[in-house]
Amino acid sequence: MEKFTKLKSIAADLPIMNVDTDMIIPKQFLKTIKRTGLGSALFYEMRYDEKGNAIKSFILNNAPYNKAKILISGKNFGCGSSREHAPWALLDFGIRCVIAESFADIFYNNCFKNGILPIILPENQVKELSEAAKKNKEIEIDLIDQKIHKGDNRPFDFEIESFRKEYLLNGYDDIALTLKKDVKINSFEQKKKNLTPWLY
Amino acid sequence: MAKTLYDKIWESHLVDEQSDGTSLLYIDRHLVHEVTSPQAFEGLRLSNRKVKLPGSTLAVVDHNVPTTDRSKGIADKESAIQVETLSKNCKDFGIEFFGLTDKRQGIVHVIGPEQGFTQPGMTIVCGDSHTSTHGAFGALAFGIGTSEVEHVLATQTLIQSRVKNFKISVDGKLPLGVTAKDVILSIIGNIGTAGGTGYVIEYCGEVFRNFSMEERMTVCNMSIEAGARAGMVAPDQKTFDYIKGRPLAPQGDNWEKALKYWSNLYTDKDAKFDRELHLQGKDIEPTVTWGTSPQDIASINGKVPDPNLEKNEDRKKSILRSLDYMGLEPNTPIQDIKIDKVFIGSCTNGRIEDLREVAKIVKGKKVNKSVDAIVVPGSGLVKLQAEKEGLDKIFKDSGFEWREPGCSMCLGMNPDQLKPKERCASTSNRNFEGRQGRGGRTHLVSPVMAAAAAIEGRFVDIRKII
Ligand code: SF4
Repeated sequence: MEKFTKLKSIAADLPIMNVDTDMIIPKQFLKTIKRTGLGSALFYEMRYDEKGNAIKSFILNNAPYNKAKILISGKNFGCGSSREHAPWALLDFGIRCVIAESFADIFYNNCFKNGILPIILPENQVKELSEAAKKNKEIEIDLIDQKIHKGDNRPFDFEIESFRKEYLLNGYDDIALTLKKDVKINSFEQKKKNLTPWLY
Repeated sequence: MAKTLYDKIWESHLVDEQSDGTSLLYIDRHLVHEVTSPQAFEGLRLSNRKVKLPGSTLAVVDHNVPTTDRSKGIADKESAIQVETLSKNCKDFGIEFFGLTDKRQGIVHVIGPEQGFTQPGMTIVCGDSHTSTHGAFGALAFGIGTSEVEHVLATQTLIQSRVKNFKISVDGKLPLGVTAKDVILSIIGNIGTAGGTGYVIEYCGEVFRNFSMEERMTVCNMSIEAGARAGMVAPDQKTFDYIKGRPLAPQGDNWEKALKYWSNLYTDKDAKFDRELHLQGKDIEPTVTWGTSPQDIASINGKVPDPNLEKNEDRKKSILRSLDYMGLEPNTPIQDIKIDKVFIGSCTNGRIEDLREVAKIVKGKKVNKSVDAIVVPGSGLVKLQAEKEGLDKIFKDSGFEWREPGCSMCLGMNPDQLKPKERCASTSNRNFEGRQGRGGRTHLVSPVMAAAAAIEGRFVDIRKII
């Protein structure tokens, strides 16, 4: 997984509540057996008409936002299905950070597994950042200091659980780290085998 | 200290906890389907890892499978590859697999309980958000992403942090014609699609105690639509009776041991919940969604909302967007909405009791001329049972198509899709834009409401029919 430390980019503003994973990547693209190449499918039905032509009014179809690495959106972003194809599509398109008032649980978790930073901010701060986004202002995300710089002297602070931060900063492989605890896991399993033998 | 059911299951699966609360949770059971697993198996191969406990994992194909004649296999090339990939992965890694022609094949959340794979007190995961279904048995069950699927395959654990406890009780009795689907839609309408975020919900009260296991599954299934990590109902005699004798249920001595263990799975009397919601069964009505989020609910006697009455600007925009997508005018009575399609099925409402209820409504009647209606059983065994009871004949005589089991039009990864602007009364769980097909318009309802809508060609109050 690619490390995440700092990110500087313009941001694309998608002010919709409850953006669900069916919107982020529709079903027809879930048939792949690969993780890569899904960027062209991102927001497919909002981005392209029925004939496959780009819809001009959709933010990610327009320069400079087609190069945005930050996406700003409404409450409860990523609700719905558990498909990790959603963060894969965002990542493949080039988005490394999503900012919203709140996220759905599984999507939020899936982001971290792919080096994407989801940031939760209060409504007024999200609004301020969308204004900055509309004006093509560059926004800088600093994960080390947990700050968002937006070209003035009032950076926003953001919260992130410490283990998630560490994983992102170092680009850790979760499984390798967990496997280091195999002695603990195996002795737990042994205890369980005695307590609930019907499970084995 | 008094504990909730969630606390008890959490604590009994805690392998390791760091000072910041990051925990390693032991996973008892893992369900796998073809869409969210190929990249996980690929990851295992690339890093030369094995599946830690193949016997704790069960795999099935459901999302991509055709529901029409299967003798010639799957026509869609990509779907076929995905299905074959799962079959090969299961063979290579030693996992039990229900393939396309296995009579036990079906929707992953239908077959888990059906096989006795799902049991109380377990942690159960699957790369699928509706894993919450299995909480009906008093298990802690939730959906995970593909990276986590790989993590569980390799380590039989998951990195998790604990969430809060949310008690939802529905007391008293439900009016005739009001179902488990109406209960969960009403709950989601009440707390919103993010209302359960950061919580595990425990469903309590007389209504849930009176529910059958299948009705409890319908409710727990849609916990994810309320944003919750999981939903659960404490196990009771009904739960034990349901499990007893199923192929993967504990046998003999183990059955007695399991019963003893399971009977301690309840929330202690003085346990504290972080949040509570209390509803009365008598207040719940047959419910129809009008918009593109499961929280967009209306009573069958209600109307499509008027965005001009909404003061919150964001909310108003969202109503306008939904109405535009759904092709509905503000203030239209729900009963005036005409439909083109009816879909009976899915992991929410594709079980045998659902099909029996539908059959009662449509028996001896004809599907409206303007409506195409299909019934898709949740599993091969549900299909066989329905055929044994003659339900298939009732459906076919009424003009329903009787299909092979799978996810089907719930998400339309196979050919079962809505065309643009087609309007569907669906017993599934999501009415998102494009969910059942690009431009398709979904109204979520209970099986009996869908059945009545199929006959009338529009939504009707089921209470006036039964
Ligand atoms: S029936 Fe629908 S919700 Fe259930 S697992 Fe299949 S696609 Fe998902």
